[in-house]
Amino acid sequence: MKRYIISRVVQAIGILFGVLFIVFFMLQLTGDPVSLLISRHASPEEVEALRDELGFNRPILVQFTSFISRAVVGDFGKSLRHHQPAMDLILERLPATMELAVAALLISLVLGIPLGLIAGSNPGSFWDVLSRGTGLLGQTIPNFWLALILILVFSVNLGWFPSFGRETWTFMGLTLPTRSVFLPAFSLSLFTMGQLIRFTRSAVLEIRSEDYVRTAYSKGLAAHRVYIRHILRNASIPLISIVGVQFGYLLSGSIYIETIFSWPGLGNLLAESIGNRDFALVQAIAFFSSFVVVTLNLLTDIAYGLADPRIRYE
Amino acid sequence: MEKSEPEIKPMHQGKVMDKSEPEVKPMHQGKVMEKSEPGIKQMHQGMDTKVAAAKKGGETSLQGGTGLAVDEEKKKGLLHFVIYTGRLLLRDKAGAVGLVMFSMVVFAALFAPWIAPHDPMKQNLRDSKKPPVWYEKGSMEYPLGTDNLGRDILSRIIYGSRVSLTVGFFGVLIACSLGTVIGLFSGFKGGRTDNLIMGGVNMILALPYLVFVVFIAAILGSSLLNVILIFGFTDIPIFVRITRGEVIKMRTSGFVESAESIGATNTRIIFSHILPNLLGPIITIATFEMSAMIFYEAGLGFLGLSVPPSIPSWGNMLAAGRKYLTIYPWIATFPGLAIVFTGLGMNLLGDWLRDVLDPRMRRVKK
Repeated sequence: MKRYIISRVVQAIGILFGVLFIVFFMLQLTGDPVSLLISRHASPEEVEALRDELGFNRPILVQFTSFISRAVVGDFGKSLRHHQPAMDLILERLPATMELAVAALLISLVLGIPLGLIAGSNPGSFWDVLSRGTGLLGQTIPNFWLALILILVFSVNLGWFPSFGRETWTFMGLTLPTRSVFLPAFSLSLFTMGQLIRFTRSAVLEIRSEDYVRTAYSKGLAAHRVYIRHILRNASIPLISIVGVQFGYLLSGSIYIETIFSWPGLGNLLAESIGNRDFALVQAIAFFSSFVVVTLNLLTDIAYGLADPRIRYE
Repeated sequence: MEKSEPEIKPMHQGKVMDKSEPEVKPMHQGKVMEKSEPGIKQMHQGMDTKVAAAKKGGETSLQGGTGLAVDEEKKKGLLHFVIYTGRLLLRDKAGAVGLVMFSMVVFAALFAPWIAPHDPMKQNLRDSKKPPVWYEKGSMEYPLGTDNLGRDILSRIIYGSRVSLTVGFFGVLIACSLGTVIGLFSGFKGGRTDNLIMGGVNMILALPYLVFVVFIAAILGSSLLNVILIFGFTDIPIFVRITRGEVIKMRTSGFVESAESIGATNTRIIFSHILPNLLGPIITIATFEMSAMIFYEAGLGFLGLSVPPSIPSWGNMLAAGRKYLTIYPWIATFPGLAIVFTGLGMNLLGDWLRDVLDPRMRRVKK
């Protein structure tokens, strides 16, 4: 197990270095990164001054090493727009994105797994059709469109939820979500929910016909017991990896949903900084999102290895 | 749905990866065994005819896979293939519906100038913000209403399908051709080359797809060509992974071993034995990936990072309609429905293809 964990950690670090490489050279590919980093109305003298200040007139290898050595400690330079270190801005936005990601994950787990379970245990039934339909729609409805429709129905027409913004309330020093999280979280959860339904369903279908399930039935266990103790438990192993991967993406911030709902998270920050052509910040967000995703993948892999010994000896 | 892209991917891959082997093996092995009595030379010939048949768009794997038409194999030809496919399609209603939906979109894109009732670019401020025909103030002149500049929404949706399908088709073409070549190379070569390539592939697949696509699009600037190139190149890893997985499975399977044992060259093995059997999984993945690209293109358009706003595309229309959501909801609603319609059609079609090309999946499903 130790070897497995070490090899995964090394892999993850390798990926993150690759990301730094991509993020750095992406700006270089445009020819002159300084022109991207400065306002279009800047005078040639100002451009030169910035080039000097940011060190873009040095040899590319020197620039790359200095970029890496700063990035490793989380220093991605200052946002041109906000005149603040890029990392501080990101950390400021993180709680909102986390709230949204957790809420979306909860919604998809609470709805997706039972639906998949019911569908898998009664193939061809009404529930099966319903959950397969939901799974398919989850995959084909663009969440940015769904969000608009939900706003139209539930905020504009029914007035049940606010149409944008994040409201929180504080209880015993804790910041807690309000109903304002519901619409964005639901729009965001539909895709993950679809994935969970499809996977749970096919896992249940497969496990149902295993010998140990027949044995469980034949020794007289009640159906719900068989489902929870034998089927769901075995299905949970592949589910771990889906949940882990999906949570990583949810945490890296949804640019559409956060923009539409003016949710003050990472996705919104990314959209803003692209609009402002604030590329130092874009670089930082791209790296940070990758960091979150890679870390979660790593944790998932480790959890997977713990849960299923077969994986370790691959 | 980010990821839809990246997120869509693992699922399809998982499903496709664990397949195709059973469909491939029985076909070739069966053939070899039958012919093994008369001697090795004939066996080789038998395989050659098989291979020639397989070159015709993967129909052999259809037949071998379903076990329906083993006897009819000799009756080749386009007509037979069409009838056969039609029969398979009718068995699965969802697949037929998907094909019809997708064909409608392709038809709209191809014949847009003839179908569209208006010029999609023509502004007519006097007729702006007209509601669809079923509203009181709507008229048949603009069946789905007009946008804030008085442009006909139906016509813009019809023309918008051109952008979506162009991006999807050429994006997949680039990703698929390069990805297959790299995957073949990686799987066949093995060893250090394979490790290196797969390291890169896994790295790219581990990134938050949407964040990087948005990042690249913002740097390169918006144009149709850029969008195609972005999707084409970022999607290569998916095809590499699929191809490589299949190649590695096939290399150790009976029919490749027997080809090797009679002295077939690597080129021959790749082109005559492996590539035809790769068609099934690749076509399936290509369908899903194309649908994902259409989706992402709309997403980029929504952020104003896809084709320039002057070109009618579904994403651009959504972005424009968002501002008027509460007062003139139809401006944003219909382009969204067009995306859902296309995505649904392609997903149903993809599911059907997967079932047809992999009988094992079908058994699990029913």
